[in-house]
Amino acid sequence: MSDRTEAPVPEDAEATPDGDDNGRRFFEDITGINVDWRSAAIVPLLAVLTALVVGAFIVILSDTELLKKFGSEPLAALGDSWSLIAEAYSALARGAFGSVDAWSETLVSATPLIFTGLAVAIGFRAGLFNIGGQGQLIAGGMGALIIGFSFNLPSILHIPLALIAGILAGAIWGGMSGLLKARSGAHEVITTIMLNFIALFLMRWALKTEFIRVEGRQDPISKTIETSAYLPRLFGFLDNTQLRVHLGFVLALLAAWFIYWLLFKTTIGYEFRATGYNPDAARYGGMNVTRVYVLVMAVAGGAAGMGGAVEIQGLHHSVVDGFQGTLGFDAIALALLGRSHPVGVVLASLLFGALVSGGRTMQAQTDVPIDLILVVQALVIMFIAAPALIRAIFRVRTGKEVEQLTRGWS
Amino acid sequence: MVIVTTTADRPGVDQPEEVVRTPAELRRARVLGIVYIVMALGVLWFFAKGTTGDATFGLTRPQDRFSDFPDLTVPAAGSAYLVAVVLAFVGTVQLIRGFGKWTNAVLAVVLTLVLFSFLAWAAAGKSISMVGMMRGAISLGVPIALGALSGVLCERVAVINIAIEGMLLGGAFTGALVGSLFNSWLGLVAATLTGVLLAWILAVFAIRYRVDQIIVGVVINIFVLGLTGFLAFRLTERNPELNSASVFGPIGIPLLKDIPFIGPVFFDQNLFVYAMYIFTVALTFGLFRTKWGLRSRAVGEHPKAADTLGVNVYRMRYLNVMLGGALAGFGGAFFTLGAVGRFDDNMTAGRGFIALAAMIFGRWHPVGAVSGALLFGFADSMRIRLALVRPIPSEFLAMAPYIATIIVVAGLVGRARPPAADGQPYIKE
Repeated sequence: MSDRTEAPVPEDAEATPDGDDNGRRFFEDITGINVDWRSAAIVPLLAVLTALVVGAFIVILSDTELLKKFGSEPLAALGDSWSLIAEAYSALARGAFGSVDAWSETLVSATPLIFTGLAVAIGFRAGLFNIGGQGQLIAGGMGALIIGFSFNLPSILHIPLALIAGILAGAIWGGMSGLLKARSGAHEVITTIMLNFIALFLMRWALKTEFIRVEGRQDPISKTIETSAYLPRLFGFLDNTQLRVHLGFVLALLAAWFIYWLLFKTTIGYEFRATGYNPDAARYGGMNVTRVYVLVMAVAGGAAGMGGAVEIQGLHHSVVDGFQGTLGFDAIALALLGRSHPVGVVLASLLFGALVSGGRTMQAQTDVPIDLILVVQALVIMFIAAPALIRAIFRVRTGKEVEQLTRGWS
Repeated sequence: MVIVTTTADRPGVDQPEEVVRTPAELRRARVLGIVYIVMALGVLWFFAKGTTGDATFGLTRPQDRFSDFPDLTVPAAGSAYLVAVVLAFVGTVQLIRGFGKWTNAVLAVVLTLVLFSFLAWAAAGKSISMVGMMRGAISLGVPIALGALSGVLCERVAVINIAIEGMLLGGAFTGALVGSLFNSWLGLVAATLTGVLLAWILAVFAIRYRVDQIIVGVVINIFVLGLTGFLAFRLTERNPELNSASVFGPIGIPLLKDIPFIGPVFFDQNLFVYAMYIFTVALTFGLFRTKWGLRSRAVGEHPKAADTLGVNVYRMRYLNVMLGGALAGFGGAFFTLGAVGRFDDNMTAGRGFIALAAMIFGRWHPVGAVSGALLFGFADSMRIRLALVRPIPSEFLAMAPYIATIIVVAGLVGRARPPAADGQPYIKE
């Protein structure tokens, strides 16, 4: 985030930053104005590349036949490894960008990620670690579902009503963690993890009740929402059923813009960031930190909840256990990758959307399962969270070194 | 200002009847009293009203030595009425004068009574194998307990271990893989080493690179989930012989296993259960009675002070985190080598997070953590057993551990205080 390319600083300068640098960093954190986009982009890009390279090694090392071949004819095996990786990664690229359909799928996968990524990013900005995207997404999905099948209204009313239900449900679910933190000091990491499980079990229970479950079925599948609550497909007029990208993607971009506006252009957002930078100073400066915690988690939960609503209204149209995937956890990677900035989150989500959509094609066309994408994601977060690693590998200058995003338990 | 303390100023000495002191304690006592009375009403409404028949709890298995030991049979409605009366009485006492230092003990008794009346209601007119339920509780609780002990070890030296889940899953995978390739003992070793390796990664990033510990933990979890899923697909899907390890069966301890009820529950289990007993005792002794334990706790509470006194903070942290990893990896092997012999994708299903909860529940104490884990194991076991007896939405029972954890961290059962330096990297000057 801070600009280190102009003034060379000694290697250990991070531990004791000089006053100037500190001031600039504070300025950047508070205003959100990033002086140097190039240095903000180089680490994420290198991280993704490195992760893909490591992923390639994992693919080769897990191929027992190939490993045997390395013993007998190493050169041929080397060639085989190359073609194996080329095949897998070209399938990945094809699935992500190879056709109009692939682009559409990338956007479809990116849509919920933008919402949950924003939910984590807002938390980070205020010094809160929101692992609860998963539960908030489920709450939002259920909220939208219930409004979606209970009423039959004109679309112009039904769509926003269901979306609002999703946002509210998510906001309540997230706000609970904020309230618990504000009132009793319970750490949000613990409460959000626990609320994730509670939301999951509540959903499983709800899917068995008569109110939610579709009639005439014994397996836990919910009723389908009314078509009036469907989010329209963006290219519905083209008469191509493969193009699944829906209005949710546009809503996600709007949400990102809203969060950007909220964080950087409003008093509330200023309070969020000031609290994140130093809660004691914020309190001393007259801000109501208690209220900030509740609000931050409610806004974050609302974002994730809207993601759930959009998934139901735009894509699935009904709820089954598993619709939530690991969206809430992937979001952590996105927020880190996007430097907790809404624009960064959108870009990171597009990248991960491409990885997921490409990963599906890779799994379908080659022997490489989509779990590889999880490994790549984990490696990406690791490289981003520990810039020292990237610096050691590539000998480039990176941003600030030690970024303590969360604060212990108490 | 000089404060002269006489015995008259100290309510605890002068007025021994007045056990409740600070406003927070007072509020808590009042809340608890109301909760007990509400529970009494709940027991009356849900478990006593309209319940008929006797509930039978089986206390022996056919193969036990004293299998003619009688079953426990109680009238379902009668015991619910009795429990309700006791709860109402306890609640009134709690409201009027409180129980002072016995508050938590009373809470435990109250919860046990409510549980008992719930079980009696669920088993009214039927029979539940209590011995089976308790055996299940122990074996379902073991991996959680080992994970929770791992958490205690790490957090006592101020390294937050969110990665318990990943360590359990990693241990489960390598346990099954190596166990199938060679034998189960080697599988056990491999699982333990996997835990150590993952803990080493956690330690290097948390201690050396000072990366945010919670983020490293989350990363390890995602990484292990992805890698084990990936490898399970690549290796074991095509070579099923790589995923069929032999399972460690129960070993009865002579004499002890013949004690009615206690024997089959505690002393006729597999080696993971006995290891859990040993580790619990060893860690409790180690942490609170040895030089190592004193140093560990010092590093967790006030690393700078410990450093000043010549304790190598980094070495203590590395050591304990890797020991913790060994425990969690070993515990993970339970899923495969101690239970089913084969690895399935994401088979730990969040047990690592329950372990984290159990650790907090047990207030960073080995005995507390293991008790919490066994309690969660019991909730799980009860859920499975009761599903056969009565149509109860099992999701609510499954949810109970998580709700309990939130209640604990929210301070309703007294303040749970983590080690003071927990989660903070230490920078030596």
